[in-house]
Amino acid sequence: MSETDDVGCEQALKRLVEFVDHELPDSEHDSVEQHLRICRNCCSRMEFESRLKERLSALSTEDVSPTARDRIRNLIKKF
Amino acid sequence: MTISKEAFETQVLAILGPLHGVARRLTNNEADAEDLVAESITRAWQARASLADAGAFRAWVFRILNNTFISERRKTLARPREELLVDESGDEEGAFSIFERLHQPFLLWFANPEQEFLDKLLREDLDRALAALPEHYRVVVVLADVEGLTYGEIAEALDVPVGTVRSRLARGRNALQRTLWTVARDHGLQMSRAAGTRG
Repeated sequence: MSETDDVGCEQALKRLVEFVDHELPDSEHDSVEQHLRICRNCCSRMEFESRLKERLSALSTEDVSPTARDRIRNLIKKF
Repeated sequence: MTISKEAFETQVLAILGPLHGVARRLTNNEADAEDLVAESITRAWQARASLADAGAFRAWVFRILNNTFISERRKTLARPREELLVDESGDEEGAFSIFERLHQPFLLWFANPEQEFLDKLLREDLDRALAALPEHYRVVVVLADVEGLTYGEIAEALDVPVGTVRSRLARGRNALQRTLWTVARDHGLQMSRAAGTRG
């Protein structure tokens, strides 16, 4: 990709959230990624948004109390 | 083909943690969350014939959970339906970004105040900020950022277009960052950050 193909900060920031969420079509994802390689400021912002998303993702709990799990098992048994 | 009882149980138990997590954040109460999950699973079993695609089980159950929450709350509050409809018209407070508040482009490469800010936030700060979000934003942020559903799955779970998911997510994250900023100010984090970066 040549420098003239760069999407620029405005377009990259507009798509940054969807980039972090992996919701962009491949071609747009690649364009934003290319811009992030050459723009320190946008890259820092992407790292911040990714880290915030990671912190939120860490709140997800796979664990459920044995009592709650048994309640659901017993419930389904009765179906 | 309708899902078998064994397959239904296996799939439910595989997502029981996220189901409880979302239910807890909707009800803000452990006992109510357990009741909501149990009622949703009962309704899901009764409606199993409506599960068109076995691969979409997670979004389908979240949709039933969300609908069950709305209908149960409606009964409890005994409010007319109109009051429970989402009104986002007054929610525009303008964009807010913690990054823009803290980032200093001319700092040395190893100084990173915005990342340090995130590192200093406690799990409780994030829980509190999520709980403070208006419900129609909280559920989208929780499904996307805490439970990792795709935009398509969230649209299916909430029965709204993907465009609505995008706009609620943008506004919800905006509101979340605004709240986190306030939480941080209350904890004195911003001031320590400023002191640490100006020296």
